[in-house]
Amino acid sequence: MSREDASIAARDHYLARHAAFVPTLGTESGVLASLRAEALAVIREHGLPNRRQEEWRYTNPAPIAAVPFELPASPGAVSREQVEALSFPVFACSLYVFVDGRFDAGLSAPAALSGEVRVESLAAMRAADPESAVDLVGSTVDPKSHPFAALNAAFLDDAAILRVPRGFDAPQPVHVVNVATARSAPTVIHPRLVIEAEPGARVHVIQDHVSLGTGPGFTNAVTEIRVRENAEVSLTLIQREDDARFHVSNLAVVQERDSRFGSHTLTFGGALVRNDATVRLLGEGADCTLDGLFVGSGRQVLDNHTLVDHAVPRCTSRELYKGILGGASRGVFRGRVIVRPDAQKTNALQSNANVLVGDKAEVDTKPQLEIWADDVKCSHGSSIGQLDAEALFYLRARGLAEEDARDLLTRAFALAILEGLPVPGLAEGLDGLLLDRLRRAHHEVSA
Amino acid sequence: MPEPKTILELRDVHARAGDAEILKGIDLTLRGGEVHAIMGPNGSGKSTLANVLAGRPTVEVTKGQVLFEGNDLTALAPEERARAGIFLAFQYPVEIPGVANMYFLKAALNALRSARGEDELDAIDFLSLAREKMNLVEMDEKLMSRSVNEGFSGGEKKRNEILQMAILEPRLAILDETDSGLDIDALRIVASGVNALRGPDRAMLVITHYQRLLDYIVPDYVHVLSEGRIVHSGGKELALELEKKGYGWLEVEPEPAAAQ
Repeated sequence: MSREDASIAARDHYLARHAAFVPTLGTESGVLASLRAEALAVIREHGLPNRRQEEWRYTNPAPIAAVPFELPASPGAVSREQVEALSFPVFACSLYVFVDGRFDAGLSAPAALSGEVRVESLAAMRAADPESAVDLVGSTVDPKSHPFAALNAAFLDDAAILRVPRGFDAPQPVHVVNVATARSAPTVIHPRLVIEAEPGARVHVIQDHVSLGTGPGFTNAVTEIRVRENAEVSLTLIQREDDARFHVSNLAVVQERDSRFGSHTLTFGGALVRNDATVRLLGEGADCTLDGLFVGSGRQVLDNHTLVDHAVPRCTSRELYKGILGGASRGVFRGRVIVRPDAQKTNALQSNANVLVGDKAEVDTKPQLEIWADDVKCSHGSSIGQLDAEALFYLRARGLAEEDARDLLTRAFALAILEGLPVPGLAEGLDGLLLDRLRRAHHEVSA
Repeated sequence: MPEPKTILELRDVHARAGDAEILKGIDLTLRGGEVHAIMGPNGSGKSTLANVLAGRPTVEVTKGQVLFEGNDLTALAPEERARAGIFLAFQYPVEIPGVANMYFLKAALNALRSARGEDELDAIDFLSLAREKMNLVEMDEKLMSRSVNEGFSGGEKKRNEILQMAILEPRLAILDETDSGLDIDALRIVASGVNALRGPDRAMLVITHYQRLLDYIVPDYVHVLSEGRIVHSGGKELALELEKKGYGWLEVEPEPAAAQ
């Protein structure tokens, strides 16, 4: 089958699944129905992305199109013990569990202190009032420039909705766990998280993608965040699904005046992972920080695309992404920064540093600054290197085994990202996962 | 009195770094309690000798034997040598961002202890040991929570090396130009730390370019290295003679700097 045929087959597959999906929804708000219809039109016209498109030059999405993923008929069975085994031991937070895209109230545990801050299920809200949350859902992502986000919107059903009321400072982090369960036939899930921080509000959210069981599957996630005037949102995105799965995530953030947004995108699992983060700075004085860490081993492909759009004056953006690539894994970082003509006094900093620890590992790094204003401070830098041989010898000369010395150095490299995590104890909680991933990265892959 | 135990014995050691043969037949014996100084012009092979002993991967022994307490070292990895009791104080201590000095020292000591079949020290026991040894080199405790050598002054880096030596208690210590770049105060502190570690079961090889260090660490023997061979050996007075007369009277030609 040619590339075009495969792409058409994938498109027709999803159009057919959509025709079967819509009747299951019952009575619908006109707004959500038109959101789906608009998204479906994008799929019909453009199909799934392919490598000829600029946005997909470094990561071939064909493997995703090649599998006829089904929607799960119902969420997989997940026990409380399984969720507890997956959660981190060291910090208290509100826990909301979605299984195969569906909210599971029985597995969720809102913390007592969280007060007015609650994650709600869009499906449950719609059952009570078809018009609820329609003002938020789909308001920040452009389906035309993100075909996978369009696919998510076309199959929009349940979603996690978090609205933080005006001036409210959420005392505990909100932990949203998306559990994907492995099935006999590969399935696709379309999780969506929508956050609105009203003026002056503050919240930390941990978005956690995990899977139970092994085998292929596809998580096609969308996260929409609206940070109103002087509000603050921090997001820690942890991707630790099974290595056989595909994972595409579209994060779309809109920031108003004097708002603050910070994200940590930590990518560990998945056969092919593509994270898109788009931040639009629409109000003066807005500040955003995008940090990322990706650790690859085996034949993983881990791709991070970021776009920061400085539309107005006096906004600040800082980006630091670090990659550790072992075995025959591939990493991609593409960071676009647009400074529009009006966006004077912009301060934009971008950096991507990579360490290759595998003989066959590769990384493509591409900063892209498009600056249309003249009174700005913008800089970018990228590096690709290997572990410092001198440091390795120094550690070994003090008695550390070569393997431990490598772990120590790669961990130190990763630490710059993990130390910045805004939730106390989270870095320690992730240490075991990090170490496991670093050890895998140091393993060579057989040809 | 019984003859002290032989700690290190080099027999006709030849070694190369890259394509160049640097050591061309070194014979040297160190016994417990002895301090030997190696002097010589730039490019004579002093640092290569240190690296041969510590097992730097880029240096290869092509001929001869390196015996540590009777066992040949040449096939051993650097960490195996460290665990056997060999310590190299680096000429240029390496900065390791993100690894706390305290963590590094504890990991190193525990690697050695577990290789010897001893229990690992916990954080509290280690801290009290480290404090005691820090006094020896007048080291500021603040440096322990910083990343290894990162942002340390030249003197702090060298003191950190001697602190490591004091904690790891090797039986063979090699000091590779520990004095270079130190002012006189730092030199005095480093030297007194080293002198405190002299003992009957420990041998030291002090590599230096300058006689000055040997005013503070008084050696039992001085060897002059030139073009990969030991061309002259003597007692501590040899160092003074070299200071006065230079290397010329030994018919030693300094090699061009490019050979280093």
